[in-house]
Parts: sequence; structure tokens; C-alpha cells
Amino acid sequence: MNWADRISPVVNSIPPSGIRRFFDVVAEMKDVISLGVGEPDFVTPWHIRESCVYGLQKGYTAYTSNYGLLELREEIVKRIKHLYDVTYNPRCEALVTVGVSEALDLAMRAIITPGDEVLVPEPSYVSYKACVTLAGGVPIPVTTTQENDFRVTVDQLEKLVTPKTKALLIGYPNNPTGAIMPRDALLKVAEFASRHDLIVISDEIYSDLTYEGTHTCFSSLPDMRDRTILLNGFSKAYAMTGWRIGYALSNPAFIGAMTKIHQYTMLCAPITAQVAAIEALKHGEEPMRKMHAEYNQRRRLMIEGMRKIGLSCFEPKGAFYIFPSIKETGMTSLQFAEQLLKTEKVALVPGDAFGESGEGFVRCSYAASLSNLSEALKRIERFIKSRS
Amino acid sequence: MKELLELLEKDHTQTHEQLASILNRAPADVAAQIKELEDAKIIVKYHTIINWEKVGLDSVTAIIDVKVTPQREVGFDSIAERIYRFPEVRNLYLMSGAYDLMVMVEGDTLKDVSHFVATKLSTIEGVISTTTHFMLKKYKEDGVIIEDQEEDRRLVVTP
Repeated sequence: MNWADRISPVVNSIPPSGIRRFFDVVAEMKDVISLGVGEPDFVTPWHIRESCVYGLQKGYTAYTSNYGLLELREEIVKRIKHLYDVTYNPRCEALVTVGVSEALDLAMRAIITPGDEVLVPEPSYVSYKACVTLAGGVPIPVTTTQENDFRVTVDQLEKLVTPKTKALLIGYPNNPTGAIMPRDALLKVAEFASRHDLIVISDEIYSDLTYEGTHTCFSSLPDMRDRTILLNGFSKAYAMTGWRIGYALSNPAFIGAMTKIHQYTMLCAPITAQVAAIEALKHGEEPMRKMHAEYNQRRRLMIEGMRKIGLSCFEPKGAFYIFPSIKETGMTSLQFAEQLLKTEKVALVPGDAFGESGEGFVRCSYAASLSNLSEALKRIERFIKSRS
Repeated sequence: MKELLELLEKDHTQTHEQLASILNRAPADVAAQIKELEDAKIIVKYHTIINWEKVGLDSVTAIIDVKVTPQREVGFDSIAERIYRFPEVRNLYLMSGAYDLMVMVEGDTLKDVSHFVATKLSTIEGVISTTTHFMLKKYKEDGVIIEDQEEDRRLVVTP
């Protein structure tokens, strides 16, 4: 009996995450400096952890509403209103999810009819295309380039849009490139979405980690509030990755549909994490500001470091990644990453893990201590010099 | 300037080149500013926190509440100086509330500290009374948790 034959062809059609493959190699090694981690090196600020402990003492251990605790939804919409001047009704336009990952899956399943096409700019987060495929849709990669600062342009989108196109899935500030989209560039994308009557799923999990200019929330653009499913969460800015807590904001029809799937598959996000998230929203700005300042220092160190090493690299302005080109070394991304790991014990992620257009680049996360970053830069320099 | 000072306060062993990269400035410029800050005594001293207990060299620390009679013209300053000149005194603060000066004294043994309080501190003219508290355990010093159990628990590669 070959059990593998019994697996759904849709699941079989999805390649395993490129990161996972690389992880297996790295996990075997000791004393590795890892710039391969897509999460903060800070632990969750103590006041947030402490509030969760207190919540447990008070008996917060039950299910919550499918939508999530109302107090949390109220705090979420309050913050979005405060930051971007977009208004949502916390009772029917907000859904608390198990991280943005779940919210993304729900959004796809809620809107896709089998065969629908979804435009997905690349390089981008590993789940985007997979979630589209799992929901029965067809992901259409939209290549972004270093020359364009890894921003998606309407020219490219116009070339790829078809009558089957249902939605556009964007994630800025971007993982893995660190690219941001300024307001004027987003406005053009918004006009494009209106013109073709597309739904926009905007993953803004790194919104608070923007280092130059201010983040523009896609929903805040003209005609975009109802057309957009806004995804955000607590993982990155509040250093709460393991809590698995995020949210979706959109019109009542979309949120209602997503909630329907959520109630049958997840029921609700863990109450412990919801309690902590309330504390994060109420009192978390100051610790967040401090972490933001530290990331920015490390970002500058990495940009300067890459420049000294001589790797071509555009200046990332968001998230905590730098995405240098390694094309001049003549190696593929995977070769570069593997060789660097083997000879210098520095782990980073090959760019092609984030889509074909990531080939020729590597993702370095600067969610690591300054001393580790400096040491890693030295090793990368030694590695490159030894090969030239 | 504030950012540079914060970076130095956190780790003063960083090279000028690294600080310059972090601050997006020229190394010579950073070096010059550090020199200026040192000369102006804005940077008073570079400090290292050592867990002496781990070295096996235990010491005794006492916090002493001191009530004093302030003096005409100089207030508390003159008496404070007479106290802080003693090398045994690690920290000295003027406080509001039930007493005036908080003196932190360190000695090798309990006897050393008691001796200092009895013979040196309480006999200073103007000292009305002292209340000595011995420190039992240090959990956190200068913002640093002495025995921090938290470690990096992240996987080495994640998306």
C-alpha cells in the first residue's frame, strides 16, 4: 500500500517550504550564528507576559466569542483608527485569529472560487502562494526587482490581470526584502484594484517596523476600506510570535464569511494570548518604540556592513531583513547559503525560498544582537574574499 | 547624542567603527564626540557589572538610612561629602521622606561594615541617627538581571 498516493493532489502540488529544507541542514550544526530567523530576538515585554499570568490566575481559561474578546477587538479598531484614521465596527468587522497565518488562510478560503487567480508579488512570505493554492485558487506571481526597490508596479499588474483575477495579495513592509511601499505607489495599486474590481488582501504584520517615512495602511486609501482585508497581528512589533495571535479587519460580509470558517475549524484564538494582546495594545507602545529603535540601529549596521563587503544591496526600510544580491559570486542562493554555513557557520536563508524571483539573493535577518551581527558580517566578508 | 550615549551605556566595548555604522556617521566624528562627552564628564565612567559571588569572593553590602542636621549655607552637601569620601561608600543619595541620606556601604565581612557604621559614619558631626539594613541577595543591578534564566529559544531558521 502506498499511502502517499492517497494524499490530496492539491496538497501534493504544493512544494515543501524551502526554508524547512534548509532548516534541517542548519539544525544539525553547532555554534552557528543565525541570521535566518524570521522573528524578533526580544522576548515578549514583561508587562505583557505578566498580564497573561494574571489572567490565568483569574481563571481566563475558557473559549471566547468566535470573533475574539470584544475588549480586544475594541482595542484593535481603536489603534487602527488612531494610526490610520480608518474606522471599523468591532462587533462585525473585526476577527481575532491564530496569527496572521490563520487570517490569511481564512481570507483565501472565504473569497476564492476554484480557478480564481490571485496576484502575488514576489519575493514574498512563504505562505502566500500555498494558501491561494490550498483554497483552490491559482497564484500568479508578480516579479518585483531590486531596480524597483522590490515594489509592485501597476505596469506589471496590468500585464498579468485577467478576467479570472479575483484578488491581489500584498505584504509591505515585506518579508524577505524589507521593502516598503510609500503612499503614492500604493495609491496607484489602489486605483488598479478599483479599475479591475479586485479584492486586496494586505498583510501588514510589519507595519510598526517602518524606519523611514510612515506606514500607509492600504485600507486608508480611497475606496479601499471595504475592498481590503487588512491583516495584522502582534508577533513582530510586540515580539509575540509564539503566542499566535493576529486579526483581520474588513467589511461585515468578508469578516462574517471568514468567521464562519474560523468557528468550524479553530473556534477561537487562545484566550491566554487574547488577554496578553489587550495588554500589548493598552500599554505596549513604549517597549515597542525601544525595540524599533534597536532594529533601526542594527539595520544601519547591516546596510553599512554589506556595502563594505561589496554586496549589492538596496536599502531596506521596513521589517527586520536585509536582502543583498549574491549574483556576483557566481553561486546560486542555495549554494551560497550552504557554503557559507559550512565554512563560516553563518545561517541565512536562500532567496529562492520566497519565490523564483528571490534567486540570486539571500535573506539576512537582523533580529540578532549587535555583537552577533558584527561577527556574522566579518565571516561573510571572509567567505566572499576567500572565493574571489 | 542621546542615541550614542544609550549605545555606550548598554555596551561601551563597541568599536568607533561599529558605532559609526549603527549611527550612520563617520568614525572620526563619533570618536571626537565621545572624547568631548568624556571631557565634559557627561560620560563619567565606563562601568562593569561583576557577579562577585560567582567568583567566590563574597562581600557584604548594607544600605544605611542616615538622618542628619543640615548645615547653614551648604545644606546637606558638606556632610554628604564627608561621607562619600570614604572608599567603603559605594553609593550615596539624598532622599525625601523619613530620613535624609541613603548610604550604600560595601565591606568584606559583616564586622567590617558594622565597624564602619559605628566608628566612622555615626560619629560624624551632624549625623543624628543611622538604621542599617544588610542586603541578602542581589536580583537586579543597574538594569541588569544578575542570574537571567532567559535564553534564545528560537529555532535557527524560520520563515
